[in-house]
Amino acid sequence: MTAVIETKGLGKRYRQLQALADCTLSVPAGHVVGLVGPNGAGKSTLLNLAAGLLAPTTGTIEVLGGPAPAQLAKLGFLAQDAPVYATLSVADHLKLGARLNPGWDQALARARIDQLDLDPGQKAGTLSGGQRAQLALTLALAKRPRLLILDEPVASLDPLARREFLQDLMEAVAEQDLSVVLSSHLIADLERVCDYLIVLVGSRVRVAGPVEELLATHHLLTGPRRDPATLPDGQQVISASHTDVQSTLLVRTSSPVLDPAWTVSEVGLEDMVLAYMRQAAGPGRRRTPGNHLEVQK
Amino acid sequence: MIEFHLNGRSGVAPYMQLIHQVRQALRLGLLREGDQLPKVKDVAAGLAINPNTVLKAYRELEYEGLTAARPGVGTFVTGTLGGTSLAAHGPLRRDLQRWLARARHAGLDDESIEALFLNTFRSAAEEDIA
Repeated sequence: MTAVIETKGLGKRYRQLQALADCTLSVPAGHVVGLVGPNGAGKSTLLNLAAGLLAPTTGTIEVLGGPAPAQLAKLGFLAQDAPVYATLSVADHLKLGARLNPGWDQALARARIDQLDLDPGQKAGTLSGGQRAQLALTLALAKRPRLLILDEPVASLDPLARREFLQDLMEAVAEQDLSVVLSSHLIADLERVCDYLIVLVGSRVRVAGPVEELLATHHLLTGPRRDPATLPDGQQVISASHTDVQSTLLVRTSSPVLDPAWTVSEVGLEDMVLAYMRQAAGPGRRRTPGNHLEVQK
Repeated sequence: MIEFHLNGRSGVAPYMQLIHQVRQALRLGLLREGDQLPKVKDVAAGLAINPNTVLKAYRELEYEGLTAARPGVGTFVTGTLGGTSLAAHGPLRRDLQRWLARARHAGLDDESIEALFLNTFRSAAEEDIA
């Protein structure tokens, strides 16, 4: 299957700040990709590079098989906080969309506005946050994009608006031949909607892959206290904590853990993501009460 | 038609939850042969979950011989569950009661019994897979 986003050694620097570094990714088509990481990790930078709104400082990025800026017509992009034109009406937004986009699907746009019960004459500036986000999603979907990029689409929405937004997004994914990349802090949401995950911390990609594969290859090991350096080669330690008698390790390995000294348990997506964030943040951010947390570099 | 729900805190993968719910509905007679399962699009939209998750659950059910997909129409129930094995429940339950009595006699408390059962159940299940 072709890649919707393919980067090689991609980097972006704003004056003194390295926002993204050495990013090599190949995101296959047909997925809903979750992009997670702390604030300032470089998520928006990566999404803006993919949307062709930023030019890379180093490396290359290809979107849907071509250079990012040339793919704008096949791409739907929702910037953070779903910007709409406050003084234009809902109907004006559709007119604008129809004028600006060659592949515009007016029937789809109308149907969504009806379904959302939006008044076509209402000024976008007076819509609720949820309605604004839904209007922006309508514009992006009516473009009939092959790739939809959403930068924290639900961050400012109340729980009901958030769920409704994700419901509509998933309906669109089921109906259209559409790949999606969205960034979010809400791992519980991502767990429902995403089948591919990219963890970005400190301007670097820490781990990326299909969610199922990530969950199958990460394990929590608990057992008698042990130096993580003595683990077999194939087991990569993501986080480790020790008491005087016990060790708890989160490891990534593609082969089964056979050592009978360990009790092996499954790891949830949230714990896995947090382990990568902690690993990258370094020992300065240890916050495990009662435990001595040591983070492996 | 049944309606799916998801428990975000159960720790069970969403596609497994869907499979369990279909199997449960079959056992309880809520779903019968010929009934249609909810459309993938409707489940995805209703629960706000990835359509691939629903597809995966439906494929698994098909593999188990419980459903069949008719392209362009939907997924339909073709099998039944429970009917044949119900007769075996009685004797198995009596075996288990005897075993429980022995475990108590040996001094195990409820938690120890539960832990031992789950542990044995899991390792037996893992051996089956391997």
